[in-house]
Formats: sequence, structure tokens, C-alpha cells
Amino acid sequence: MSAAVASSSLLPELIQHFSHIITVFLMVSGLYIVIARGNLIKKLVGLSVFQTSVYLLYIAPGKIIGGTAPILASQYGVYSNPLPHVLILTAIVVGVATLALGLTLAVRLREAYGTIEEDEILALDQQAELEE
Amino acid sequence: MSLAAHLPVLQVVVPLLSAPLAVLVRHGGLAFGLVTAAAWAAFAMAIGLWFQVGESGTVTYHIGSWPPPWGIEYRVDRLASFVLVLVSGVAAVVLPYSRACVGREIAREQHYLYYAMFALCLAGLLGIVITGDAFNLFVFLEISSLSTYVLIALGRDRRALAASYRYLIMGSIGATFIVIGIGFLYLMTGTLNLVDMGTRLSGVENSRPVLVALAFLTVGICLKLALFPLHQWLPNAYTYAPSAVTAFLAATATKVSVYVLIRFYFTVFGESLVFHKLPLPEIMLWLSLMAMFGASAVALFQNNLKRLFAYSSVGQIGYITLGLSFDSVYGLTASVLHLFNHGLAKGAIFLLIGGLVLGLGRSGGGHGQPTLDRIAGLGRRMPITCLGIFLAGLSLIGVPGTAGFLTKWYLILAALEQGQYWLVAAVLLSSLLAVAYVWRFVEVAWFRPSAREEAGQDEVRHEAPRALLVPAWLLVLASLWFGLDTSFTVSSALDAAEALVGSGR
Amino acid sequence: MTPETALVVALGLPLVGALGIALAGRMPNLREAVTLLTALAVFATVSQLLEPVLAGQRPGLMLMEPVPGLPVAFRLEPLGMLFALIASGLWIVNSIYSIGYMRGNREPHQTRFYVFFALAIGAALAIAFAGNLFTLFLFYEALTLITYPLVTHAGTAKARTGGRIYLGILMGTSILFLLPAVIYVWYVAGHTDFRLGGILPDTVSPVVLTVLLALFMFGIGKAALMPFHRWLPAAMVAPTPVSALLHAVAVVKAGVFTVVKVVVYVFGADTLAGQTGWLAAIAGFTIVAASVVALSADNLKRRLAYSTVSQLSYVVLAAAILAPLSLMGAVLHIAAHAFGKITLFFAAGAIYTAAHKTEVSQLDGIGRRMPWTMAAFGIGALSMIGLPPAAGFVSKWYLVSGAMAQSHWLALVVILLSTLLNAAYFLPILWRAFFRPLSVEAQAHPHGEAPWPMVLALGLTALGTVTLFFLPDVPLALARQMVTLP
Repeated sequence: MSAAVASSSLLPELIQHFSHIITVFLMVSGLYIVIARGNLIKKLVGLSVFQTSVYLLYIAPGKIIGGTAPILASQYGVYSNPLPHVLILTAIVVGVATLALGLTLAVRLREAYGTIEEDEILALDQQAELEE
Repeated sequence: MSLAAHLPVLQVVVPLLSAPLAVLVRHGGLAFGLVTAAAWAAFAMAIGLWFQVGESGTVTYHIGSWPPPWGIEYRVDRLASFVLVLVSGVAAVVLPYSRACVGREIAREQHYLYYAMFALCLAGLLGIVITGDAFNLFVFLEISSLSTYVLIALGRDRRALAASYRYLIMGSIGATFIVIGIGFLYLMTGTLNLVDMGTRLSGVENSRPVLVALAFLTVGICLKLALFPLHQWLPNAYTYAPSAVTAFLAATATKVSVYVLIRFYFTVFGESLVFHKLPLPEIMLWLSLMAMFGASAVALFQNNLKRLFAYSSVGQIGYITLGLSFDSVYGLTASVLHLFNHGLAKGAIFLLIGGLVLGLGRSGGGHGQPTLDRIAGLGRRMPITCLGIFLAGLSLIGVPGTAGFLTKWYLILAALEQGQYWLVAAVLLSSLLAVAYVWRFVEVAWFRPSAREEAGQDEVRHEAPRALLVPAWLLVLASLWFGLDTSFTVSSALDAAEALVGSGR
Repeated sequence: MTPETALVVALGLPLVGALGIALAGRMPNLREAVTLLTALAVFATVSQLLEPVLAGQRPGLMLMEPVPGLPVAFRLEPLGMLFALIASGLWIVNSIYSIGYMRGNREPHQTRFYVFFALAIGAALAIAFAGNLFTLFLFYEALTLITYPLVTHAGTAKARTGGRIYLGILMGTSILFLLPAVIYVWYVAGHTDFRLGGILPDTVSPVVLTVLLALFMFGIGKAALMPFHRWLPAAMVAPTPVSALLHAVAVVKAGVFTVVKVVVYVFGADTLAGQTGWLAAIAGFTIVAASVVALSADNLKRRLAYSTVSQLSYVVLAAAILAPLSLMGAVLHIAAHAFGKITLFFAAGAIYTAAHKTEVSQLDGIGRRMPWTMAAFGIGALSMIGLPPAAGFVSKWYLVSGAMAQSHWLALVVILLSTLLNAAYFLPILWRAFFRPLSVEAQAHPHGEAPWPMVLALGLTALGTVTLFFLPDVPLALARQMVTLP
């Protein structure tokens, strides 16, 4: 396959799957933030972005353009799948709970260690270990 | 409909409801009573379900009478009922223990919250095991995980907070991976019912989304079950959590994750995809071996007794996944057995270490970690406690007459069956590492003089309170009993393995 | 009492005794009385079983079945009968001796000592009665663990090191070699019951057979076949009664007992025919090499330990020769060596208690101060060398006859050579004790015999050694039964 053909077929492909591309972008950037950042709050931000990507992953394929809520009436023929929405509602609740708990822990950590930087906490822990 | 028909749902609902009730009563003692009663009820129900499964095969329950695959189905087969007995049984033993232990480890006004969290965790774990619905499984997973993070953070040491935070991050990533996997499966099959999903996958097994789902689920679940090298959250979490929590988690949480893995591999994806078309068994085999040797070797050099046994857990999980990687009846039997046997032994060990920590606090050394220096000579001060740790340790080694021996037996049988003699040698060699780390404890506890003895005084016998010893010794005795009378464990594990392996997919 | 009941009682009594000893811990007199009574009761029960066994009965009993086809079961046969008789009979004598030794040396933790001793005897009896390989393995491991606190009794750094070697070698070999061998036997045969003529199916190839035999022989670390013999000298840090009964009788005999059991009842002498050359060679090497080490050891207990290593390999050698006569010799040697070696250890302990001497070079002239002890030592030494009128002569006779019947010249040479070596390391001790003058240092510290219970005990075992020479009927009958009757 020549390069020209590849690029010409890539663009429509990209447009067709743009929701997936956004999903993957959010997923990877969220994961990257979690891994790369040492600040406990920023890590949680990353985690939230990562979890948000999943919402999109579920909801996007369930939506049909022009589809409505599944109301059985003669004037509507095309329905969007409601189940993903319901599932994601639950997932959002879980995500919020996780975020809240994570932030609480960050507050407690700050009280206990006086910092919310991971490397500083690790250094303090190592010191404690040596004293033990 | 009689009560017996509703056992599957009550199994989860009773502990689940006890949690808000415990919060409402706002009183440590009452909350304890409620949650303990719920845990014992759950234990009784799990045993009841075990017998029901024995009589009439797989028990199913349709929530709200919606038939599957539309409604949520609860499904108890042999494997599920076995894991239910383990989880609820350990909870029933650990809760009375907490009563005596929590008073010293957690501030008084937080007691009822501790019990509420414990109940939630128990309900979540039981729910994971019993549900037949993929998304429901995720929700229960998060219920148990979130309450676990809180329970770990209750540890007195500030490092408990850091450990909890770390577990929260890694656990959430793992859980999200699992949802992603489930999402892909849902996209491909349009159903969330695990059994239905399995049936509908048979045509599209090789499609890319299914493979992606398999990858996401494997990594996500392995994070939760702490398969080497995804175990980093485990050692600190186990080390700094309150003793009762460590014991409960070590005995149940990772084991339930193993159950989830087995469920997805055998019920949803099917053996032929997981074990024959992909190099997954090889990868799992090598990771298991690394866990068995790497983590056990690391355990050997730990200075903190809790961390030593935490690393030992990572190593022991290696045996479970090793058995899984064989894809044979004997191999899976070994996995399922070890999930139970290791749960008992490790639960007992961490409960008894809780007693040791208490003894350390009393001797004036402050409320410290059980480092090897501090536990020197404790074999003379707390002989019954130390003897218990030693006996449970024998089960970790796999000495004949203990439950751990049977795991080794079936693992070796599975390796022999496939002609993999070098694996026989590997399993046995890794047991020697277990001998080494258990003996490290023995030598420190009995041969090193304690601080008091070095000062020239005689060691006074001062056991942990009976309320701690009795539950812990129940588990110790159970891990000895199930080494000799295995009509419950081996038959359950064999039945479960036979039902899953070679079911044609 | 039916034989089955007697079996249960004999197995249960040591446990009950251990409990009684623990409960009576605060009252030394009562505690020792419980020990002695238990020992007497166990022996009485075990000897009740002798008649039915000689009459051809094989009482059995099944406890539980952890794995289908793998029960914890007991079944008494002649070899086990003999081992049980020796272990329980010598326990009585050893208990008398222990009382003298432990009190004479003011040892700490005496209750723990007696408790674990009773448990160790219980485990040894369970090994003797084991009806299948799995049960035997179960109690073999239990015996290792139970004797660990006895070996490390002193609690010193030296004891800890000794304990490490002890446990490391015994556990290591049994987990690495014996366990896979047991599992493999179960895997190919479907069960592990002991049956005369072996249980392995004919389909097992000679190569596998050899590997399996090697796994068994080196896996049974308690038989102290080189290079896995170092635990035995290491175990000598234990108090002498432990060395005497456990590391000259119960534990090491459990090892060679297992060897004979495996050869006769798992492999079958016919299956193994022509396959045991290498085993005979290793056993022969162990006999000679250990004797040479014993020759150069100055510490008396160490010398005795290496002598034990060498004597144990007689049994392995006899088993490797595979002739019925040599197998009988193996069985008899288990008995003969038990009586002889326990006498020697008793004497060493008596010397330590009375004179605080541990080295051979310190023993000049001690025979005049402790004539009974050293006379008994002499009888024990004669038995080791294999001279009449001591029991060792009888077993060696059968061993040599068996080797001749098979024209096994290597074995004959080894036996001859080792007899000379045995004489070379035992006779000088006697010569020193009786014919050399007391050293100046010893003259400054007058002492007499050890406490009377110890002298009584070692006198009894010496008497036993001689009796076994003149009246070997019982062991002989049992040995004959083993090679002929199922």
C-alpha cells in the first residue's frame, strides 16, 4: 500500500471513529498524569480523567444519531440504547466516591506528613524505617 | 417461596444492610453486635448454599424476578459456594477478634464506622462472588475496594494513610481496567450476564475487541489479586493496616480477585481462547514462578514481621496462578484449594501478629511495628501466640498434615501429569524458601534473647488476651484440620475444577 | 485388648503422656513418674502386639483420607513390630537415664524436654506402624519438627546453628527428594500401600526406577547416606539422652527403617534386582568414609555420631544387596545397633555428667573411676565392631552371608575394612580408659560413677546387647517373617 493511499483512507477513518480517539486520548493522558505526577491532588485529577474516558467508551456506541429514548410510541422508530447511560450513572457515582475518598486521604496525609508531594512522603517514610 | 430460596440475595443483603444500621446506631458495641450477627448469618447462609449446590447443582436467583439476561442474575455454583464459605467464615472469625483489638488500634468514636466499613467490605466481596452480572460485579468490586481503602487508612501509623492512598490509586486503575474490559465485552455481545456473554462470544472470539477486553480484564484483575509484578500496593497496605483488617484482607480480598479471574477465563472467554490460542498460560507461568521465588526471597530479608508475611502472600499467590496456568483439573483444583488453605493460614498468622503487636505495646515499647528486634524472645513471653504463628507457617511451607500440603500435592500432580518435571522441582524449591522465612521467625522468637532477658531478668509469661487467641487459633486449627480431613475442601475444589475445565469451550 | 485396640492405644499413649507431663510440669517428681509410667505402658501395649504378629496377623486401622486413595492408615508388619519394640523398650531405659542426666546437669526447660520426647516416641511408633508411604512420610516430617526443640534444647548460638543444619538437611531432602518420590509412586500406582513384592507397575522403565530409587535413598535424610549426613553430627549439641535415644535409635532407625520398607514393600526386591549397584557403592563409601572421620574425631559424641553414620549405611548396604539373608541382616542390625549405640551414648553422657569430660583424649584412666560405665562402653564397642558376645556379631553374620550368597565382593571388602576401622577407633578409647594412668588434671578433680539411674540404664542396655547375642529369637523370627510372609 502506498503512502498516498494510506493517508487518504486514514482521515475518514479518523473522523468516523472520532469518539474512540477522544476516549483513547483521555484514557492515556489520564493514566500518564497518574504515573508521572508526584503531587497527590494532581494524581487524583489524572485518575478522574482516566475514569471519565470510560464513560465516553460506554455511552458513545449506545447513542444513535436521531435516536430517542426508548419510548414506545408510533412516531418514534429509532431508539438509543439506555442501558449504557444507566451503567455510567453508576460508574459516575463510584468515580465521585473514589475521588472524595482520595481527596480525604490527601488531606489526612497533609496533616500527618505536612506535604502532599509523593517523593517527600517517601523520603519521610524511609527515614522512619531507618529509625525502626 | 421459602426463605431458603432467597438465600443467594440474603447472602449479600444482610451484611450490606448491617452497614447503614451500624452507622445509624452510632455506638461501637451495638454496631459490633449488628455486624457480627450479620457476618455469622452470612456464614450460615454460605454453608446453606453450599449444601443446596450439593443437592441440586447450580443455584440461580433472579433479582426482582427479571429473567436473565435482562435482569441481574445471582448464580452460585460449586466454586462460588466454596469461596463464599471462605469469605464469610473468615469474616465471622475476624469480627469477634476486632472487638478486642480495635479498641487499642482505633479511636473510640470511630469504632462504629470501622464496623460499618467492615460490613460493606464483606458485602462487596460476597457480592463479587455471587453475582452473575458483569457490571454488578464491578459495582461490588468498588464497594469492597472503597471500604478497604478506608479500613487500611484506619491504621495508627501515618504510613497507613500513604499505603491506603497508593492502594486507592492502583486499585482504581485496576477497577477501571476491569470496566473497560467489561465495556468491550458488552459492545461485542450486547449482554452483561456472564453466562450469556460466554455463549454469545463463541462466534467472535478472535475479534480484536474481545482480545482487547481479555487484556484489560487480565491486567485489571491481576492488579487486584497482586500478581507479581503488580503487587506493589500490597506489602505496605498489609503492614500498616490494623491487624484485624490485614488478616481479613489477606484471607479474602486477593482470593476473591482470583475467583473473578477464574470466572472470566472459564465462563466468559472460554478455555480454548485463553489457554490454547494465546500465550497467556506461558506468561502466567513465568510470572507465577517469579512471584514464588522473587517475592519469597524478598520476604526472607524483611525486618518487619507483618511485611515479611505480606511478601509471603505475594509469593503464595504465585502458587494459585501457577495452578491456573496448567489448565487442567488438578491444576485448577490446586488453585482453588490454595485460595482456601492460604486464606486460612495467612488469616491466622496476621491475627496472631496482632496479638504480638499488642504484647509489644504492653511491654512499654510503645505501639510499634513488629520488627524482628522487638519480637526477639517473644516465644517465651507469648508461647501460645508464637506456636500458632509457627503452626500456620507450617501450612505455608506445605508440611504434610497441614492444609498447605494438599495444595502442593495437587500442584505437583498437575505438573507430573503434563510431564513438566522441572516445575515439580521449582515448586519444591520454593517451599524451601518458605521454610527459611518461617524459620527466621522461629529463631528470632525463641533463640534471640528479649530486651528484658538481655538486662538479666527472666521473661514473664504474658499471653495476648483470650479474645484474640481464640479466633486466631480457630483458624490455626482449621488449617491443620483441613490438612487431614479434606472431605469439604478437596471435594469442593475438585468438583469446581471438573465443572470448569474441559466444559467444551 | 484386640490387636487393633492395642495399636490405637500404643499410638495414643505418648500423646496422653505428653499432656500429662505438661500438666505435671511444676512437680518434677510427678512429671518424671508420668514419663516412666507412660513409657512402661507403651512398651506393655506394644509387646502385646508381638504375639499376634508372630502368629501372622496384620492388624490395621484407617484414620482419615485426605486425598482419595491416600489414607492415613496403619498396618503392623514384622519390621514395624521390631522397630516399635526397640523404640518403646529403650524409651523406658532412656527415661531412667534422662532423670539422672537432666537432674545431674541441672538442665533448664525439663518439662519441655520430656513433653517433646514423648511426642517424638509417638511419632516414631506411628512411623513403625505406618500402613502406607504417605502415612510414613507424614510422621517422618512430624518427627523432624518434634525433635527440633530437643536438638536446640540449650538455646545457645551453637544449638541454633546445629538446629539449622539439622532442619535444613532433613527438611530439605525430604521436601526436595522424598516428597516427589512419594507423589510419583501414588501417581503411577494409584495408592501407596506397603505390599510385599512392591507396588510399582511393570510399565515403569529402568531409568525412572533408578531415579526414583535415588530420590528415595537421598530423600530419606534420616538414613544419613553421604553427602546428606551432616545433620547427625550437628544434632549432637542436644542433651545426651536425646542423642542416645533419638539420634542413635528412634530418628536414625526411622530413616533406615524407611529405606528397608521402601526397598521391600514399595519397589520389591525382584523389581530392583541388578539396579542397586550404585547404591551399594555409595553406602559402602559412606561406611568407610564415616569411619575414617570417626577415627580422627576427638570429641567423643562426634566420634559416636560418625560411627552411627557408618553403621546406618550397613543397613542401606544390606538392603542394596537384596538377598533375603542380607535383608534379614538389615533388620537385625537395626536392633543390634540400637542397643549397642545407646549404651555408648549413655556412657558418654555419664562421663560428661560425672567427670565433665567430652574429648577422647581426656579419658586416660577413667575406667578405674567409672568401671561400670566403661565396661558397658566396652560391650557397646564390641557390638559396633561385630565381635561376640555382642549383638553386632549376629547381624554382621547375616549381612556377610547375604553378600556371599549374592557374590557381592564389594560389600564383603567394605564390611571387612570397616570392621578394622571400627576396631581402630573404639579400642583405643578402652585402652586409654583402663590402661593409661590418670592425667594430672584429672587427679585434681576426684569423681566416681555418674548418678545411679544413669549407671542402671547403661547397665541394662549393655545387658541387652549381650542378651541379643545369646537369644536373638524374637528379632530373628520377625526378620524371617518379613522376607517370607506378606
